[in-house]
Amino acid sequence: MNKIWNEAKECMSRDEMSVLQSKRLKKQVDYVYHNVEHYRKKMQSVGLEPGDINGIEDLNKLPYTTKDDLRDTYPFGLFAAPQSEIVRIHASSGTTGKATVVGYTRRDIEIWSECVSRALTMCGLGRNDIVQVAYGYGLFTGGLGAHYGVENLGATVVPMSTGNTKKLITMMKDFGATGIMCTPSYLLHIAETIIENGDFENIKLRAAVCGAEPWTEKMRLQIEEKLHLNCHDIYGLSEIMGPGVACDCELHQGLHIQEDHFLPEIISPETLEPIGENELGELVFTTLTKEGIPLIRYRTKDLTSITRCPCGCGRTTARIARFKGRSDDMLILRGVNVFPSQIEAALLELSETLPHYMIIIDRVNNLDTIEVQVEVEERFFSDEIKELEKLTKRIEGVIKQAIGLAVKVKLVEPKTLDRSEGKSVHVIDHRVFD
Amino acid sequence: MFLKQVSVFLENADGRLGSALNVLKNENINIISLSLADTTEFGMLRMIVSDPEKAKTALKSAGLSAHLTDVFAIKLPHVVGSLQSVVETISKAGINIEYMYALSTKDENACIVIKPADKEACAKALEGMKLDFVTDEMIKNF
Ligand SMILES: [Zn+2]
Ligand SMILES: [Zn+2]
Repeated sequence: MNKIWNEAKECMSRDEMSVLQSKRLKKQVDYVYHNVEHYRKKMQSVGLEPGDINGIEDLNKLPYTTKDDLRDTYPFGLFAAPQSEIVRIHASSGTTGKATVVGYTRRDIEIWSECVSRALTMCGLGRNDIVQVAYGYGLFTGGLGAHYGVENLGATVVPMSTGNTKKLITMMKDFGATGIMCTPSYLLHIAETIIENGDFENIKLRAAVCGAEPWTEKMRLQIEEKLHLNCHDIYGLSEIMGPGVACDCELHQGLHIQEDHFLPEIISPETLEPIGENELGELVFTTLTKEGIPLIRYRTKDLTSITRCPCGCGRTTARIARFKGRSDDMLILRGVNVFPSQIEAALLELSETLPHYMIIIDRVNNLDTIEVQVEVEERFFSDEIKELEKLTKRIEGVIKQAIGLAVKVKLVEPKTLDRSEGKSVHVIDHRVFD
Repeated sequence: MFLKQVSVFLENADGRLGSALNVLKNENINIISLSLADTTEFGMLRMIVSDPEKAKTALKSAGLSAHLTDVFAIKLPHVVGSLQSVVETISKAGINIEYMYALSTKDENACIVIKPADKEACAKALEGMKLDFVTDEMIKNF
């Protein structure tokens, strides 16, 4: 079994955890009420005062926070700490509208580093490891969040950032890196490059900590198989903190949430009512110890389910299941709800590795058309037209089975589809909605 | 008995054909024969070239999807029924012919490229026919 970084917090009884969360929630609500005008007005508009919140059982009374609240108060409107206390800013550029800006006090950074250290320990990493951080460094929380966590753990951090795969692999070998943190699609790209060069000598990687984009269990297993290491899923979002809000242990039975800092709920995205354990819904977080930008019942739009039964690893923290997609990633095609992850899972059925693909949506004569472009890689190649047409039909078949809609599959030359080294884009929607 | 053919997957037969041929020109590789099969979506360029290995490497490094396929290239005398007897022998052995095309030669003979579904079985079926095969060695000085 891997070590546990903070047994006192990660293994506390459910009763003790509820008491701690209640105490912290009460304090956090009182703090935002007195320091954030936006929140004070929001609470007043539903007739709430800090005194009405006495514990986690009262959580339901509080209004939700969404990305719109952050945009409406751009840039610093939701900050609770004065600027003199803010030591760092991160921002995520939305595809629509203004960036979302978050601020951290020194203590926020300490707690964030603590959470990442807990996650890295879960992944079997410790002070004797050399960890390459290949998330983007900058306004994105991935790079710096991971970086501080590795340092806090006492391991050696190599701040690679993204963009130079060749150099990354060279240093991986020369430095004897034992851990890597990056997006899963980038790690698959790295694995492909290593395999293409057929050079596994001097690769000492033991653990990979991947996140920042939706992926599947099958992809995780592929990474493990290709690179002979343990691959873990780390979750986070900048609004709440950044990577490290949750991570899966070596048993891979869901991601342990750092519940003493982030109070999770699952709600129905339609009725907005809380729903039970093990049921799929939208993940909502309330920060419990944040000073810079505390958020109350923040709707993440990520779809998952939650379980609070203790884990075989010894931790008692609530676990969330692998994400099923995002409630706003959901595509409505010919009236059917479709998640790109469903198409990805269908493609994975074809062979053990995921081919590069792109989903292109358009609307022709008021009918949604879905084209899935798939790269003809080595393992799909045939010089017979008949075989390639058979392959096309087979792919169309598995996708149709997965999403219940007919799609058109187009084979394209290898390496023609965009490979981003950060978050990967797999959907292009040409439809125009007025 | 076999000859190496270069097969290239082309996304859009029209636009990409030129760039594939350009790669070979730049590498000074001679195209002896060429056949292009296409659908509305993609095309398959099949070529017999002076140096198939070099052609494949060059095409791949130019980002094209190129592979080597074993085919039969058979010299046929200019007499009625010479092609027919080869085709008949193959089909009598229960082997499908995936595709065939002509190969231009300097000498008198005609030459045909055949890709059977099962190359080993086809080699066996043709063994008794005393045919003249064009091989990888010969193609260098074609
Ligand atoms: Zn566990
Ligand atoms: Zn991809």
